Formats: sequence, structure tokens, C-alpha cells
Amino acid sequence: MSTGTVFMPPRHYLNDGYGIRSWLLTRDHKRIALLYLAAVTLFFFVGGAFAVLIRLELATPAGDFVSDETYNKLFTMHGVMMVFFFLIPSIPATLGNFLVPIMIGAKDLALPKLNLASWYIYILGGLFTLYALIAGGVDTGWTFYTPFSTVSSTTNVIPTALGIFITGFSSILTGLNFIVTIHRMRAPGMTWFRMPLFLWSMYATSLIMVLGTPVLAITILLVAVERLFHFGFFDPRLGGDPVLFQHLFWFYSHPAVYIMVLPSMGVVSELVAAFCRKQVFGYGFVAFASVAIAVLGFLVWGHHMFVAGQSVYSALIFSALSFLVAIPSAVKVFNWTATMYRGSVSWQTPMLYAIGFIGLFTIGGLTGLFLASVGLDVHVTDTYFIIAHFHYIMVGGTLMGYLGGLHYWWPKISGRLYNEFLAKLSAGIIFLGFNLTFFPQFILGYLGMPRRYHAYPPEFQVLNVLSSAGASILGVGYLIPMLYLMWSLRYGKLAGSNPWGAVGLEWTTTSPPPTENFAESPVVTWDAYDYQTTVTVES
Amino acid sequence: MPDVTHHPALAHQFDSLAQQSEATTLGMWVFLVTEVLFFGGLFATYAIYRGWYPDAFAAASHELDVTLGAINTAVLITSSLTMALAVHAAQLGQRKALMVFLAVTMILGAAFLGIKSVEYYHKFVEHHIPGPSFQFEIRISPNDGGNPPGKLADVELLKAHVQIFFSLYFVMTGLHAVHMVIGIGIMLVMLWLAWRGTITDEYYSPIEISGLYWHFVDIVWIFLFPLLYLIGRHAH
Repeated sequence: MSTGTVFMPPRHYLNDGYGIRSWLLTRDHKRIALLYLAAVTLFFFVGGAFAVLIRLELATPAGDFVSDETYNKLFTMHGVMMVFFFLIPSIPATLGNFLVPIMIGAKDLALPKLNLASWYIYILGGLFTLYALIAGGVDTGWTFYTPFSTVSSTTNVIPTALGIFITGFSSILTGLNFIVTIHRMRAPGMTWFRMPLFLWSMYATSLIMVLGTPVLAITILLVAVERLFHFGFFDPRLGGDPVLFQHLFWFYSHPAVYIMVLPSMGVVSELVAAFCRKQVFGYGFVAFASVAIAVLGFLVWGHHMFVAGQSVYSALIFSALSFLVAIPSAVKVFNWTATMYRGSVSWQTPMLYAIGFIGLFTIGGLTGLFLASVGLDVHVTDTYFIIAHFHYIMVGGTLMGYLGGLHYWWPKISGRLYNEFLAKLSAGIIFLGFNLTFFPQFILGYLGMPRRYHAYPPEFQVLNVLSSAGASILGVGYLIPMLYLMWSLRYGKLAGSNPWGAVGLEWTTTSPPPTENFAESPVVTWDAYDYQTTVTVES
Repeated sequence: MPDVTHHPALAHQFDSLAQQSEATTLGMWVFLVTEVLFFGGLFATYAIYRGWYPDAFAAASHELDVTLGAINTAVLITSSLTMALAVHAAQLGQRKALMVFLAVTMILGAAFLGIKSVEYYHKFVEHHIPGPSFQFEIRISPNDGGNPPGKLADVELLKAHVQIFFSLYFVMTGLHAVHMVIGIGIMLVMLWLAWRGTITDEYYSPIEISGLYWHFVDIVWIFLFPLLYLIGRHAH
């Protein structure tokens, strides 16, 4: 803790106007970040509610809690809500929005009106999807495979598709804004290689958002047109190819995995440096690994289609390319570990999440290599092995990074500290609950339990009960932070500008920062994570 | 730099008009990249099906009106010229010329849409809209003389593939038309800005980036026209 007096600045972005208009019409990136925070939290709990129902059904082998049709809708809505409305916007639109301008020493994003517009677009897309939910749900799975989605399904495909189509533009606009901001708004002296690694990962994420999302948009549009007007794009009766849909869909949706995990990696780089008091080992390698993941991510979509009638040769090429993604990912994991080596590690809450991320992401990443191997993938395709794998990446990776980042920057966002004991406790509960939920699913999948069924043979029950028990622990783990973070807004101890004694421009301004971010525009003369020369603050 | 900091068009987050103009221009370029990917999905779909069903695509393409398509191409290229002249006028601060060129650009854009709707109407009358009421006559060209008409099953298959062509035709030209409508809307806003006197020789980047958008939409058509209208013309 800083030895200086800790005070609440008299003027900051939170007290710069109080009315509802001052929020809903704001162009301040920090307020828009909070609007996003509220919205993604809502969708997270909606998506989580579906997960609860899924795990309840799977507690017993018989399909006795919901019907098979309802179950199809449950996992579809869980996937749609979590992927498109929580995971993809989670870190970029909240922490990214808040931090990108501050970390480069700018007053705001380059295009603040577009930033606010992106939030409204997100909400509009969300409303369409919520409408689909209230009108009876949708049962195609979050992947909308044709011809089921265009011909057979009798559920609300169109409103859901429209919702995803619309929301896609919010993520395009966010990505566009970040790219322009990072190129054009950096403070004097803030060169590319002095930028915190979080910004490199935001930049790489933005590239994927800008290049991938339009392809999803057009694909979803084709599905909607085919369903509504009986045009033919993927309809086999007209000579159309359903596999073409899968190619187009995964051209976005595989890179989308990196939209979800790259921001988390950026957060973890910040956390590891801050809580080990060291420069991130191999800064350049970590920075370029982000870009490499973004680029390679576009070349691997075929590994989702090993059993979909793709030729053996393209399967082998996609397999090899998928293995390549492991290289930059491993570079990051090794470099974080090397940063911790002989660092002065302090075990505060954000660091617990960072370490959780590294462990869980490693498991998720290594099992990804199983799935990139053509032969093994055939064995586990459409089983719980897949479910376990991508939840290790998306929940174990993205969500751990998101929560770690939220805990790290919460004092900056709110100006107050949360209860450290409760925070550590819930980090532990989440780690435990997560592994109990998803590790048994690896075994289930390997033994052959298929995904997307509401009933299963009785011999799988023990592992499923473990998984359901883990899910309830995990649920509790997510509720506790919700409570103490809200509590801290009013009753938390004042944080001061730099409660962690960390370096980085965001810690040089007040907590919460003023609307224009800095009293005086900063001039940067030091490298990122310069703990050797910059830090004189005693802890 | 210090002289222009109080320019009324300078937004608070920027230090100078030059920085603002660079940022908005880069933003438009990035947006156009997303548009390339957006249309790219369609072009990829087109390329795959054209490779699989060349005969059906050629037969269906012959139903399109090349004359109207060519006139529309000329109209759009001319509108790109007037757009470029509008940007030039804006840079020189010639307000009247700017407004005239913007108006002409809009009129040409509207003319394009008018001609396009005539084409759509013809396709509607001929039942060439894909779906349950789709009809298509396979015309055996006299030049094919020696070729047998083929088995009935083959003809049915060809008709199915023709529907894929028309599905792509309507979605590709339809999305292009939507972009044209948006473009005309943007031009309307630009006309208003020019009329109000917001656009000056110091601050003309709105006209510049609107021009980028307009040219992009034109270029999409430059690709659509040969891909949809001119397939296999040389064979007959």
C-alpha cells in the first residue's frame, strides 16, 4: 500500500453528472464500460441459469426433469447467451473500454459516439435474443447447422439469428475503435513496444473482431434468407452444400475462441507483472504471440469438421495448422511462468485468478491438441470431451482472466477496495467448483458420452453427479463476488491512486479517474513494467 | 498545431484536426475491410457453386439483362467521378460546387437503384425469384445443335442449380443496393453539412470518408457485374 494519504478525488467520472441521461447518452469510455459491465453481467446470469437447468437434468440418467425438446433449447440458449452476449464482449467491452485509452495516455477512444452506438447495438441484439427466449426458445445449438436451422427446426431461429447478426456489429465497432485508438491516440513517447501487453492482446483481438465477425454476419444472414424466403444456399435439394455453411460459420467461430481468450491472456500478463514486481519475461515474444494467435486462428477452422465430409488432405493440413497455434500459446504460458520465477510474488486475489488461468488454460490448450489430431478427434467428436475442453478454455481461461482483471482494476474503476478475504475465498471456490464440474466431463467424453442428450446410460451417473455438484459450487463462487463488489461500491475502504503499487499509466491517475483521464496529458519515457527503475513506493 | 485547437469541429479527445482526420480516415478504412470480408463470404459461396455448376450458372446468367446492367455500370462509374470531384471541391473550399457534385452523385445513385428495380420487376414477372413459385425454361441454344437435350433428371438438376444462382444474384445485388441506399443517406447528411457551412477547406474529412465508402460500393458492383451478367457470353 502506498504510504501517502488515500483520498477520494473531489471530481471524477462517476460524479460528473448523475441523471439517467448522463449515463445513457454518455460518450465517456469509462461510463460506457460500466454500461457494458452491467449488460454482460445480466447476460452471464441468464446464460448461467440455463447451465443450472442443464446440470439439474443431467443429475439423473433418465430424462425426467425436462423433455428432450426443452433440453435442446436449454443448451442452445446457454451457448448463445454465453458465447455471443457474455464471452465475446466480456473483457474487450468492459475492461478494454475502460483501460485502452487510459493505458495509452489518451482522453478517450478515438470514436466515442461509435463506442456508445456499439452498446446500443449490443442491447438491441440482446433484446431480439431475449425475445426469442420468451417466445419459446430455439433448439438448433449455438452453431445453427443447416439444414436443421433452415428447414427442419420449428423454433425461433430467425429472431435469434437476427440478435446475433446485430450484436456482431457492436463487436465490429468496438474492434474498429480500438484499432484506430491504438494507432492514432497514443501519448507522446508511448511507442508500440512500450505499450502494456494488455494493449497488444486488445489489438490482436480487435483484428479478429474486424476480420471475422463480418463473415459470421453474412453467414447468419444467408441462413435467415434461406429460412424466410426459401432461397437456396445450403439446401441439398437444390444442390447446395450444408458443409459450406460449416466452413463459413467456423471461419468466424474458431477465431472467435481467440476473441474470447486473447483478452484474458492480456489481463494475465498485467497481473503476473504487477504481482511479481517484474517485467514480463520476453515482452516482445508475448506481444507477437498475441498477433500470431490472431493470424493462425484464421487458418484452423477445418478442425471442427474432421467428421463432416471434408477431404483427408484438407483435414491433415488443418490438423497441422492447428498444432501450430500451440506454439504462441505455449510461449505465453512459459513466459508467464518465467516471469514468476524469482519474482517477489504476492498472493493477492487477482494473482490467484492469474495462476488459476495459467493452470486451467494449459489443460484446455493441451486437450485442444488431442482434438487437433485427426484420429483421436474422430473418437471424441461430439462427446463431453469437447465440452470439457472448450469450457476449460472459455470458463477456465476467459472467465478466470475476466474476474482476475475485474478484481485488479476494480479499485481503479470504483475508487474503493473490496473485502480481500471474501475475494480470496471465492477465487478458491471458483477454482475448486470449476474443476469438479468439468474434469469429470473429460472422462465422460472419453468413455463415449455424447453431448446434447438429456438422458444417458446409468453407468455415467457418478461422474455426472460430481459434475452437477461442482456446478453448484461454481454457482456460489460467482455469486459471492457479485455481492462483495456491490457492497464495496458504498462501504469499501478508499483505494487511492495505486493500491497495488503497480506501474502503468492507469495507476498514475486518481481512482476513480477524472472524465478526461489525466490532469495533464502524460509523456512516457519508460518501458512497460519498469519495476526496476520506476517503483520507489514501499509496500 | 496550437493554432487550430479551438476549431469548432475538433472533438475533445483529439489534440489537432490533423490527428482527428487521420483517425476518422483510418476508421473508415478499417470499416471497409470489414465490408470486404462481409461481401467476401458471398463471393466465396459464389465461387464454389460456380465451380461446381458452371452450366447452370451460364444458363441462368443469360436471363439477366446485360444492357441494363451495363448502363448501371456506367451510371455508377460516373457517380464515382462526381464523388471524387465533390471531395476535390471540398478540399478547395468551393461550397457551391461541392453541393452540386454531391447532389449529382445522389441522383446517379438513385438512377442506379431505379434501373435495378426495373430489373428486379422483370425477374419477378418471369418467376425467377427462388422459392416455391420459381420457374425456369432451359433454352437449348441453336449453337449447341449437336448436343442432345439430356435426360429429364439432368434438366431438373440444372433447374435446381439455377435457383442457387438466382439466390446468390438477389442477395448479392440486394445487399449492394442496401449499401447504395445507405450511401445516398450519407450523401444527404453531407449535403446538409455543406449547406450549413460546416465543411471548409480546413475540415473536410467527412466528405473524404464518405467518398471512400461510395467508391467502395461502386467497386463491389464492378465485381458483381461480370460475375453475374457476363458468364459464358463468349460461347454464343
